[in-house]
Parts: sequence; structure tokens; C-alpha cells
Amino acid sequence: MIELRVNGVIHRADVEPAMPLLWVLREVLGLTGTKFGCGIGQCGACTVHLDGAPVRSCQLAAGSAAGRAVTTIEGLAASAPHPVQEAWIAEQVPQCGYCQSGQVMSAAALLARVSRPTDAEIDAAMSGNLCRCGTYQRIRRAVRRAAGEPPHA
Amino acid sequence: MPDPVVSRRDLLKAGLIGGAGLVLAVHLDACARLDADPPPTSAPFAPDAWIRIGTDGIVTVVVDRSEMGQGVTTALPMLVAEELDADWAMVRFEQAPVNPAYVNPLAGSQRTGGSTSVRAAWLPMRRAAAKARAMLVLAAARAWGVPARTCTTERGVVRHPATGRSASYGELAVMAGRLPVPADAPLKQPGDFRIIGRPLPRLDVPSKVNGTAVYGIDVQVPGLLVATVARCPAFGGRLRRFDAARALAVPGVRHVVPIETGVAVVADGYWQALRGRQALTVEWDDGPLAGLDSAGVQQRLEDIASEAGVRVKSWGSDSPLHTNDARVVNARYDLPYLAHATMEPTNATAHVAGDRCTVWVPTQYQSGTIVGDGAREVAARAAGLSPGAVTVHTTLLGGAFGRRVEHECLSEAVQLSKAVGAPVKVIYSREDDIRHDHYRPVSHHRLEARLDPAGRPVAWRHKLVAPSIMSRFVSPYLPGWLAHRFGPVKHGIDNAAVEGAASPPYRIPAFRLDYVMANIGVPLGFWRSVGHSHNIFVVESFIDELADAAGADPYRFRRELLVDHPRLLAVLDLAADKAVWGSPAPRGLGRGIAIAELYGGYVGLVAEAGVERGAVVVRRVVCAADVGTVVNPDIAAAQVEGGIVFGLTAALKGEISLKGGAVQQGNFDDYQLLRLPEMPAIEVFFVPSAEPPAGLGEVATPVIAPAVANALARATGRRVRRLPIRPESLTA
Repeated sequence: MIELRVNGVIHRADVEPAMPLLWVLREVLGLTGTKFGCGIGQCGACTVHLDGAPVRSCQLAAGSAAGRAVTTIEGLAASAPHPVQEAWIAEQVPQCGYCQSGQVMSAAALLARVSRPTDAEIDAAMSGNLCRCGTYQRIRRAVRRAAGEPPHA
Repeated sequence: MPDPVVSRRDLLKAGLIGGAGLVLAVHLDACARLDADPPPTSAPFAPDAWIRIGTDGIVTVVVDRSEMGQGVTTALPMLVAEELDADWAMVRFEQAPVNPAYVNPLAGSQRTGGSTSVRAAWLPMRRAAAKARAMLVLAAARAWGVPARTCTTERGVVRHPATGRSASYGELAVMAGRLPVPADAPLKQPGDFRIIGRPLPRLDVPSKVNGTAVYGIDVQVPGLLVATVARCPAFGGRLRRFDAARALAVPGVRHVVPIETGVAVVADGYWQALRGRQALTVEWDDGPLAGLDSAGVQQRLEDIASEAGVRVKSWGSDSPLHTNDARVVNARYDLPYLAHATMEPTNATAHVAGDRCTVWVPTQYQSGTIVGDGAREVAARAAGLSPGAVTVHTTLLGGAFGRRVEHECLSEAVQLSKAVGAPVKVIYSREDDIRHDHYRPVSHHRLEARLDPAGRPVAWRHKLVAPSIMSRFVSPYLPGWLAHRFGPVKHGIDNAAVEGAASPPYRIPAFRLDYVMANIGVPLGFWRSVGHSHNIFVVESFIDELADAAGADPYRFRRELLVDHPRLLAVLDLAADKAVWGSPAPRGLGRGIAIAELYGGYVGLVAEAGVERGAVVVRRVVCAADVGTVVNPDIAAAQVEGGIVFGLTAALKGEISLKGGAVQQGNFDDYQLLRLPEMPAIEVFFVPSAEPPAGLGEVATPVIAPAVANALARATGRRVRRLPIRPESLTA
């Protein structure tokens, strides 16, 4: 039995501590917004925040998340959409949308750390998130928009 | 579950009952078995298969194509909203169940692919909406006692300007629902469009940024078990023996089940199933391809390239090309196998209970038997039930690109649900997904052309050596001579292999294309733009080589040879103009151009590329497209951007290689995709057009690779003739 604080709610999950957080979120807690893409930390689809920092939940044993604050896409914004989500809508970023939870979580973590990221900082922070539909140009614009900068450099 | 009763009136309204007795019987049979399907939202006004209007005024459009990112759940509702004069804020969408009413007329099955969705819906959905609008108007006119022609419609409201009366579609829904559907109703003129042509936000986007969108892998069913399948790594291999003891000892593992494709471990969750699979002891018989590697494939392609093959097309006098002639240009091109690598790994969920089977699947192909079997037919066979006993729920698709017309995974889920007596979701690991795909075929090309003294091409020969995707769909029950004349590989020609190479648009007096089918045994499938994905690279690279040999500018060289193709010429010019073709390229970069005509669309593209610090960089891409009427310019631009990234990823990184009859790559560390820092700036321009919509989703994919290769030839002086591009081959 491990105790997890996810999106501000305490959950007791009867799982092995070694089970990746991703699968606890998805299959035990029913929070399917966090996606499985590769299982080896290469694609970023499973990105969540651990005490505010972006982590690949497929690479994090649920036991190591115990006692720490986990935020998933479902908990990113309390009532109104997060500025990153608003920017994603304004720039019409998603196509298939499967990677976008992870993209949004990576972008939100970047902007929480650096309010006005440079293009190089955006590239670096988002380089771990793959998008097969090719929405990268819109992701760049949306991150800039969420940072309050003109979307077009 | 809503009331399952389907009345004859409903069927009539849905257009499911034809006049002929045979048609009637077939359709009634299909419909009678829809009882467990979720009927599209019931509403008082449901004049056809696509439109539902409730008393609240909400217009629900039943979308009968799969949403795989291309925006069809917005584009098709826009067609309806336009002719209905709906209030866009009141428009919703719903995914269609399996039903003959939802067959894609351009595919002959309920299937999404071939860049057909908007093309196929363009007239039928607008006509349906125009009729629905006429019924709403008639309902209002009768209520008011005024002639229908004196009423107008606007944003979900019928008005009678003379008396100032108005009624919303919601208020009219019940009355309109009692009226007969008119035989016809006029469509708007393009000049009157107020929805088509606008960059409206996608209806599905909000759910895709807050985690609520449900993909196949997200499906949750009470009592659900999750399975992974150990499959023989070598294609065509078989299970020899296995020992389940250690797998069954893993906590959470419930069952170990041998199935057609391997050994399945069924567990409480994916991680438990994966751990169980790792604990499994399996011995494979590697089968007939055990000795095959990529060098062997290449050798085989080159060996049989000397065969005559089948003449696909030829014109003009076919005089021999003398290789000692200085004006003869020769080139060979090679392209590899490619995987689809959708971000959502292949998965399917099935529940076989008694004489019913319910499946939830991210599929491009709900039902049909034309090119392989649809989800319903595959599930029925795996369950041992009739297709009518199967209910297919189409989820969102986390990418598709042709991968999700294949249904082995669904078959596995159905077999397993039947075997263990519970709902089962099969999830491919990323490694399963990369190693057990249906691959874009490998191909080898030999080209030869002759230029006249003025530098104009007078003869073009292309020998195309490639395995055939379509030959697996040749019926084994058809006599050979019949299949040869009428089958999917008519006269030995696989159109999916030769498309894009059979009719170069350039004016060339003598042309011939020969196809040598080289079947190898690696499973093949449709990969975004299919045969064009290799042939456009070859044609557009070779024409550039001819321009080089003629000492001509590659843009002007193409221009002069496109006299018979005004729409191609227009996109070529537009791309060149927007890229400022004649200006010097940025330092260290070269500029390359390429064009293509496919799926009824025309595309021209200029890329700026070079080699920096040992890596190929693509900085800027300018794309001009003529795809007829553009329903939603922002979604259309996104499709072009995405298509370019898909093609660029293949050009720079994509290669599936073989060893021991198995795929060597397994995950995104060795089957790499383009990442954000590598993304070029892409500018998209559409040629204004009043023509009907053309295909769009695939048109940009094949032109980026030749444009980049042509740009690199300018930048480095070296010609790329093999994909993916190896930067070391450009600098050595």
C-alpha cells in the first residue's frame, strides 16, 4: 500500500512500489490523460509534475512519488484553463492530440520556472516531447503566447 | 443503454431502405443487428444518417470518418452547418457506429484513408443539410401560414422578414421531424458561404489539452484485464513451445494464453502483464525469413532489377539510350522500409459475452471486406460470430497514417476475451509497435534519361523494383487468370507501388516505367501517401539531376516542362515566388524545389537546407498547395505542416532495418522522430479555388524529401540518392 498525493487528493493504492507512476495513474486511479508512448522516457507523453518539476512518469516508481505532490494534466488547472492550455487552444496546436498532455505539462513546468523563456530555452525544455503529427511550430508559438510574448518571433 | 428499438420509419429516414427487395433485405439485416450499438443521439429531428437537432437547438453531426488528427470532426460538421445555416456555437459531433449509411463512397467500405474524407462528404453531407434546412423552413412556414420561399434562415433561426416572426431550429425540431424529406434542395453558391472557408477552431481541441479526450488505450470497462503478447521477432516465425510457470508467478498475472500470433500474458494491468511476459519462457521456430537481413534485401532488389518486369506505362519512341552519350543521365535511388510509429501504441479492447462481441478500437477501418477486413469482420472471425453480432466503438485515434487499417491487435483482443471470459485490452509495447508493423515497402529505382542538345529531356526510363502491398489482398480462391485481370494487382501491376511514378507531369517525348515485383515476406502496409512516398522522391530528384546536367535552373527547367499542367505550374510558381527563389540562399544553405500531384491536389515546395556541424539542417520550408476549396484553412495548414514533418522525419531519420528476419529498431532511441529543436519554419499558402475539395492529408508528405535533397545538392554539391539522408555522405 502506498500513499500518493495526486492533484491535491490523497490516494491509497494497493500496488507494488516498483510499479511506474504512469500505470498507477492510468490503471489504478483512472487518470488516463497521462499517456503511454514509449516506456523508456524517450517521448514525453507521460510527463507529469513532481513537486512542480516535469518528470517522465513511465520512469518513476510509484513508491518514489509517495509523500510528494503529483500533478497530472487533469489537475493542472483548478477551474479556468491554465494559460498554457488557453494558448494551446488559441494556436490550435493539437492534431491527433495524443502527445499534447505531455507537451502542455512540459510547457507549464517551463513557464513556472522561467516566465519569459528564450527560443533556445523553449527548444531545450520541449525537446523531450515527441509529436508524430508535427505540431512543433504551433507548440513554439503557443509557448510564446502563454509567456505573454508575440507568438511570432 | 438507450432504447434499442429501430423503427422502419427511422430506417427510411436514415436512407437505409432502398426500393429493391434485395437491398431492403440486406439493410434490414444490418440494422436489425445494430441493437447493441449506441444509436446516434436520438432527437426529434433526425432527417438522415448525419444530422440530429434537439428541442434545445443543439445540432449533432454524426461523423462517419475516424478522427486521427486530421480535423474531420470539425470539417464535416462545418459542411453541415454551412448548408443548414446552423449556429456554429450550437454544433456538436458524435462518432458514427457501423452502418451501411456510413460507407465511404470513395473507399467502398466504412474506412478513413486515401485523403478522402472531405472529398467524399463534400456533396452528400451538404445535400443532406440543405434538405434539413428546407424542412425546418417548411415547418415554420406552415406554422405561420406563409409561403416557405418568403422565409430566410440564419444562425439556427428561421425568419419571416415580412412579418418579423422567427423561430429557432430547436423550437421547430419536432414539427420538422414530422415532415417528409424532400427529394432535393438547392446548395449554396460558394460566394454565399459563411462557414466553409473560415479558420474555425476545432471542436475536439479543448478535450485534447485537458486530458479528457478518450483514445483506444484509455478505454475502461468494468472487469477489464490487460494483455501483452510475446510474438516471434522474425516475420513468419511460429511458436515452438513455451513455459508459463514463471510468468504465472508474477503478481497480477491471471492467464497465459497461446494465440495465433504468439503467447499472451493477461493480467490486472499493463505493467503486470509486461513483467509476466518478461518472465515467460518461449521458444520460437524462426521460420523462412530467419536468415534475412537488410543487405540481403538490397542484394535481392538489385539482383532482380535486371529482370524485364511489367511495363506499367510507356509512350513515345523507345529508342535505346546510349550510355556513352554525354547527354545521358543515369541514377539509382534506394528507399528503406518505414514504420508508422503512431504516438498511441497499437491497442484494442474486446468483450466477448455469449453471442455478442463488443470492441473499442482506434480504427481507420470499421467495416468492409474490400482491401483486407474491417474491425467488425476481423472481430467476428476471431469471436466465431457473425459480423452482425459485433458492435464497434470507434475511439479517438492517437495518430494513424495508415497503420490503423490493420487489425491483428483487435483479433488478439477478441481471441483473448473469448478465452478468459472477461473484457481484455491488448496494448503493444513501443517495441511491439515498431517490430510488428505493416511497413512502408523498401524500393530500388534505376533511372535513365537523355537530353537533346538544347538540354530538354527527350527520353525517360524508370525501372522500379519493390515489394507489393496489394498482393496480399489477392483472393486465394480466385483462379490466377481471373485475379490477373480483375484483382487488386491487375496485370501484375501494384498501383500502390507505382503511383507517382507512372505519369510524371513533365513533357517528355518518350517515357517508360517498368515494375519488378520483389516480394520479400516483410509485412507491408499503407503509409501516409503510400507509393508517392518513394516515387515522388525519385521523380523529383531525377528531374533535378536533369536540370543540373542541362546546366539549367531547376525551377525554370521544371517550368518549361509543365506547359500541360496549369495547376501544377501555379503551385510551382507560388512556392518559388513566396520563397523568393532567385534570391541568394542563406549562408551555408541551398534551396531546393519539388512538386507533386496526388489525391486530386497539387503541391509545390521549396526547402532551405544545408549541413551544419555534421548534421543536416532544414531551416525554412515554403509550401504552396492547390487542394480546391479549402473548408477550414487553419486545419488545412496544420495538415500541410504535419505532412511535411512526417516526410521530413523519414528523409532525415527513418529506416527500418532487418537482421535475422526481425526488425532491429524498437523504440524512439533507435527509430527516431524529428524533435522540436529540428523543426523548420514552415509557411503554407493555398491557391484560391472554387473547385471541389481535393485530398489534403497526404499531399505534402512526399515532396519535402526531394526538396531537401535538391537543396543539399545546391549546398554541398553532392546528390542524395538514398534515404534516409546520411550527412557523412554529403561531406566526405
